[in-house]
Amino acid sequence: MRLERREHRPLALVVLSPILAVAAALVLAGLLIAAAGAPVLEAYGRILTGAFGTRLAATETLTRATPLMLTGLAAAIAFRARLWNIGAEGQFYLGAIMVAALGSSALSGLPGPVLVPLLFAAGAIAGMALMLVPLWLRLRFSVDEVVTSLLLNFVAVLFVSMMIDGPLKDPLAFGWPQSMPVADHALLPKLIERSRLHIGLAVAIAAALVIYLLQARTVFGLQSRAAGLNPEGAVFAGVPLGRTLVKVACLSGGLAGLAGAIEVMGVKGYVTTDLSPGYGYSGIIVAMLANLNPLGVIAAALFTATMFVGADGMSRAMGIPTYIADVTVALSLLTMLVAIFFTQYRIRR
Amino acid sequence: MTTETTESTAEPVLALSHISKRFGPIVANDDISIALGRGELLALLGENGAGKTTLMSILFGHYTPDAGTVRVDGVELPHGRPRAAIKAGVGMVHQHFSLAPNLTVLENVMTGTEPLWSLRSRKGAARRKLAAIAERFGLSVDPDARLGDLSVGEQQRVEILKALYNDARILILDEPTAVLTNIEAERLFRTLREMARQGLSLIFISHKLDEVMAAADRIVVLRGGRVAAERRAAETNKAELAELMVGHRVTRPTRAPAEPGATVFQASRLTVSSGGVERLKAIDFFLREGETLGIIGVSGNGQTTLSQLMGGLAAPSGGEMRLFGEPVAALDVDDLVQAGVGRIPEDRHRQGAIGEMAIWENAVLERIRQPLFSRRGIVNRSAGQAFAATIIEEFDVRGGTPTSRTRLLSGGNMQKLILGRNLYRRPRILIAAQPTRGLDEGAVAAVHARILEARQAGTAVLLISEDLDEVMGLADRIQAIVKGRLSAPIAAEDADPRRLGLMMSGDWAAGEGNTGEGHPHAS
Repeated sequence: MRLERREHRPLALVVLSPILAVAAALVLAGLLIAAAGAPVLEAYGRILTGAFGTRLAATETLTRATPLMLTGLAAAIAFRARLWNIGAEGQFYLGAIMVAALGSSALSGLPGPVLVPLLFAAGAIAGMALMLVPLWLRLRFSVDEVVTSLLLNFVAVLFVSMMIDGPLKDPLAFGWPQSMPVADHALLPKLIERSRLHIGLAVAIAAALVIYLLQARTVFGLQSRAAGLNPEGAVFAGVPLGRTLVKVACLSGGLAGLAGAIEVMGVKGYVTTDLSPGYGYSGIIVAMLANLNPLGVIAAALFTATMFVGADGMSRAMGIPTYIADVTVALSLLTMLVAIFFTQYRIRR
Repeated sequence: MTTETTESTAEPVLALSHISKRFGPIVANDDISIALGRGELLALLGENGAGKTTLMSILFGHYTPDAGTVRVDGVELPHGRPRAAIKAGVGMVHQHFSLAPNLTVLENVMTGTEPLWSLRSRKGAARRKLAAIAERFGLSVDPDARLGDLSVGEQQRVEILKALYNDARILILDEPTAVLTNIEAERLFRTLREMARQGLSLIFISHKLDEVMAAADRIVVLRGGRVAAERRAAETNKAELAELMVGHRVTRPTRAPAEPGATVFQASRLTVSSGGVERLKAIDFFLREGETLGIIGVSGNGQTTLSQLMGGLAAPSGGEMRLFGEPVAALDVDDLVQAGVGRIPEDRHRQGAIGEMAIWENAVLERIRQPLFSRRGIVNRSAGQAFAATIIEEFDVRGGTPTSRTRLLSGGNMQKLILGRNLYRRPRILIAAQPTRGLDEGAVAAVHARILEARQAGTAVLLISEDLDEVMGLADRIQAIVKGRLSAPIAAEDADPRRLGLMMSGDWAAGEGNTGEGHPHAS
């Protein structure tokens, strides 16, 4: 049995592969559910009803998907240019704390329509600034950004921890470490009344469309793809490598920072150190599931959110650990990698 | 029809019989039969895409043939089992080496020969065996050197050693000289001859007529997936082989005498350093419209730096440059492209094109900022695709459409694409670095014709090449590059292989040096 590189990739295969990958992951996870002693189909049914069965569940799933879309985009755009931003988690938190700092006091006098976009920008800039550090180290000293961006996550989270236990601590929180809340008119309008679903979802979907067009239609998109695929060839063709990577880093870090800002303004209103259940890291999985396609990120984020939200319901009803959601998402990443492989190679006997 | 194999010696060590292989609609091998005798050095000659590599991959078990058999010493090998081929004594030296750069020579050679879970590694025994083999065939390599630190020629020696270490009696070499300098290639063929003399049987794949004629006992010519002919080296000549290989007579283009115009580029006492080493030392040359300057030299004497400098990728540390009469401190890619300087890079796969991108994207990438191809940062895809379609049409790029991936093009067609994107807009200067390296005869002729055509139309051409025939065929003036220095130019009429050979060996360097004679006086 041999593997041969495919010279042509049939469109049907490219479209079908993520679907088959998810199906395969569900089958594999099904074995674990069966091992835990529950009927598999019923368990998956519970996950679906848990995620979409009621109005509350559906809005909750979409609320969860929103930050995943943004961090997924952050990873997708960076990875396309072979810039390995593993620091979305830290950028997310820095964006969040920035919004909490400005939105609770300094800028809170501004009217809502001015304040909200301004806070979005502030969060994005905070994320950008954090991503520019590893990029600078890479361009200046050839330091691997995988390591530096990853380690900065811990720096950022500890910094946030310090701020919410120090200068930004909410005096009315009974001693709990949490930031002061942002002004009421800085909170995002709800998409659906009496739910947590906010207009951040629209922002995230719009961001995916914009990134898609940016990559497919613009000079910057072409150049960043060239820089990622073959830096030497890109330089020969006059692509300004450093400048292109700076732009990519700004977009990537900015999206992750924006995710943090939107999470604060849309859901909680203040920052705690459990604001993100690993959105930054999950974004990497979302991006890989989407094969780095910005529009695919929307679907991948929805899938991931469905698993996480639905698993809670399933766990309660059937006594299976919620970890099954983590396992399923992780399995789907693995099966997706296999699927990507088979869109590029075929088996020959 | 198939040429039936003639038995060259009594019992063939290796016999390929009626091998056929299709990839989708493409017939890569069509009923091919070849026999290899003991102690024989056989050349498999053919253009790119003639089916040579496919055939050898089948022999080595990388591909499964649709029909046909492979026999070693009369015993049929199971299809698609490299391990069986290795066990039967077949060794393969790939064009792109399959070695690990972070391991030592010895470790590389031993990889795959030991059980994975064994606790002790038998390094001592391996070292002795390797030394014995190296001694026997004169393949000296330091067993403890890290592979990544070795030159390409030495890495190839390690590949050969690895095959021999696995007790190969039949050795297949896929385009072994593609990555070598002339001197390394000569050395390789001496080794191969010695191996044949000691009873090994060898097949080497090539599309270079000279080396096939010089090294092989017997030559099998493949064309379009079939055996086109089989000749003993002693009974054929280059012209016949070339004709058999491409299917028609190859003629090098003839050229009209140059009528040089204005000087468009001039370098005076130019020095370029990289990594603290002076790669180019106070060189002088100039380019004139409608004239080709050929830079000839043995690989590794500063050609790479020169093509980087002229391509806008390296800046001089001393001396002066004038582009179109204006002094410039350094050449910049965008400025060069804007000013109408066409550039053909030394390495077409790494620099000339981005394989995973579409052909049209590669066609427009260096000019993407120009209004024709983008406006306010938005790419004009239809204009780009139309441009690529024009190039494909006019420069006869085969095997791709504007939207197909560039990686799928053969080397020759990729080079035609690169030529096309440069020549289509009638550049004032064309920098051509090793423009035909690794191409087959048909593609070489096409590239040469285009370069001559450009020079005829008034382009100033800088041709940097290691191929004597190419430089003598195309250049009007010739300078040799030796250890980062340039000789004074000589006129093409005064050049013959002997004189150029002397220049390339650096005879001038000691005495007269680069005195700068031959400058255009008062341009």
